[in-house]
Amino acid sequence: MHLLFLLEQVVNGLVLGGYYLLIALGLSLIFSVGGVVNLAHGAFYALGAYLSLEVAKYLGFGPAVVISPVAVGMLGILFERFILRRFYTADPILSLLVTFGLAMVVEQLIRIVWGAAPLPASMPQALKGSVILGDFLFSRYRLLLLAIVAVVLTGVWLLLNKTSFGRVVRAGIQRPDMVAALGIRLQPYMTAIVVLGVAMAALGGALFAPIALVHPAMGAEIITVAFVVVVIGGLGSFWGVVLAALLVGVVRGITINYLPAAGEASMYVLMFVVLLLRPRGLLGERIEKFE
Amino acid sequence: MTNEEKKGTGAPRSGGRRKVLQAGAASALALGFPAIVHARSDKIRIGHLTPRTGFLGALGGWAVLGIRLAAEEINAAGGVMGRQLDVFSEDSVNPAIAATKAQRMLDRDHAEVLMGEINSASAKTIMQVAKRNKRLYMQIGARSDALRGAFCNRYTFHVDIPVTVMVNAEGQGLMREGLIKGKRVYALTSDYLFGHDLAKAAKKFVTTHGGTVIGDELIATDATDFSPYLLKIRQAKPDLIATNLGGNQVTNFVKQYAEFGLPYPVAGFNLNTADAWAAGPGNLGGIWPTVWHHHVDTPGTRAFVAAFRKKYDKTPENHAWIEYVSLHVMARAMSETKSTDTEKLIAYFEKEPRFDLLKTRKGYFRNWDHQMMQEAYTFTVKKPGTYKEAWDFLQFSPPIPGPDQPLDLLAPTKAENPCTF
Repeated sequence: MHLLFLLEQVVNGLVLGGYYLLIALGLSLIFSVGGVVNLAHGAFYALGAYLSLEVAKYLGFGPAVVISPVAVGMLGILFERFILRRFYTADPILSLLVTFGLAMVVEQLIRIVWGAAPLPASMPQALKGSVILGDFLFSRYRLLLLAIVAVVLTGVWLLLNKTSFGRVVRAGIQRPDMVAALGIRLQPYMTAIVVLGVAMAALGGALFAPIALVHPAMGAEIITVAFVVVVIGGLGSFWGVVLAALLVGVVRGITINYLPAAGEASMYVLMFVVLLLRPRGLLGERIEKFE
Repeated sequence: MTNEEKKGTGAPRSGGRRKVLQAGAASALALGFPAIVHARSDKIRIGHLTPRTGFLGALGGWAVLGIRLAAEEINAAGGVMGRQLDVFSEDSVNPAIAATKAQRMLDRDHAEVLMGEINSASAKTIMQVAKRNKRLYMQIGARSDALRGAFCNRYTFHVDIPVTVMVNAEGQGLMREGLIKGKRVYALTSDYLFGHDLAKAAKKFVTTHGGTVIGDELIATDATDFSPYLLKIRQAKPDLIATNLGGNQVTNFVKQYAEFGLPYPVAGFNLNTADAWAAGPGNLGGIWPTVWHHHVDTPGTRAFVAAFRKKYDKTPENHAWIEYVSLHVMARAMSETKSTDTEKLIAYFEKEPRFDLLKTRKGYFRNWDHQMMQEAYTFTVKKPGTYKEAWDFLQFSPPIPGPDQPLDLLAPTKAENPCTF
């Protein structure tokens, strides 16, 4: 019987990992393509949550979850063209500083526009409650969340692996100079990837708003987890991020089952162990060096 | 300001530009004057620390609004002893930074007294700074018993109700509902000083009143996902879930509990009205304790709520209220002693003068442990459709203790509280 409880925690951890994945995958993609660790990623997640609440006031929950990521994606175009683009070839410390600064600016803007107090957010009544499958309890809402993550994940994978767009992006990751020599301008692809990345973060924010607190610092909360996931998975590895996100969710669930006080620390211990045994991360192909 | 001046000398003198310049100069003057006044230091400087970031940051936002309103009122009425109050607020961040900032406020910023805090762990380090510097600290919003007990010192006065009072008030409510005696209680506890204190007091209450605590989970303050805990609760099948959580944790828990829709009743030994509002109607259930609410039926509360709404277009919650009354208490103490001297203020407070806290009965600082004796309340959630405004979904109890009971009924007794100065 006890094993079954544990299995339930594992499955629940997988669901939670799916949500981490939405944030971490964009972070990883932007890093792969631009070589930039986007510390402002959490800010787009927060914006996604806040915008979804605004849209939901007029159009309801469903449209909000679609419109908010699209709107944040549009912001992503400005972000890439006017800020990020200048730092692809610059010293990595500069892009870290500028995105970190942007994260703080956005957090403060949110505080000015929406106030410091958390905003109430509720999901549609129909999505509340849980379903029991076999002996397992699932939140109905989280199952929906998992389904959306699966669709997004499949979409991104197909986009990167089965389309000409994806071929250019992958070539750009490996050999940017070669791609340029073939007469392909990488810049529009970069923009597209950044838009995709931040839109995924915003989708995460919009989807998580009804079950967690919507407050100005929510971006700072998630960026740490997302970064840990990307590092565990291996910087720039698609499946590495998927694996790491699920692993972090599962390890957290199991830890809480046995040692609840260590729940939040578990992912850092996991990162520590992984980096000790395999410095490039689980599926990372090479060790990225910041020089 | 130097920028403004530079622009002023370098810019061409066309008509449109000139207007801009004049506006610039005017704003520079407006910005410049207060700085000059600061330097003359005829204001009473009060160092105010409260969390603005982290899991208590949202509550700190309310705190700043409350103390600002009080300062404006006091200054508009002529200040204290003819001097204006200058309350400067800073983010206390964490216990270590809180202590550093408190020391700096005394040394560099010439604060006469220190006020504020919500985080019990930070309050503890500020209390140490107050003691070391022999300077008064009015600890406003942190509720840990230990601050008023084992860690107490004579330089610190505590305004908010302590954990024991919250537990006793809440416990009385739960007893009435028959949720303690012979029941199995599952506790969730915030993993820091306040949570531990709360859990200890709650456990004591439950066991002495015939209940059993069948689980107690420590939860990190930065936890945002509670699903693994919810699964454990479902396996344990308790009669009551008792939450000893703080700040954003409570709201997160309440929202996710509604998400999973488990059937067990939830009670909490700590919930601020702001946390309840943030959870939103439809997500909250159960019985909760509080120190004040905007429906308290007194002229003082009505006037405060009206003034607060006028200034901020918001309904004040309990952290806004407590900061507001605290500054008024401090101002009255300074006026009556005609001094900002720590020793004189301590002597004044220790005479147990009664202070208007905008409640039915006046409160006082108990002289042997320096904590405020005052009324508390519990609240439940109104049924959907029985309220109009989003602020109004909470149903508050009459004051506890009742009008015929002593004000220190729920507070720890001398035998229970190890405080000595």
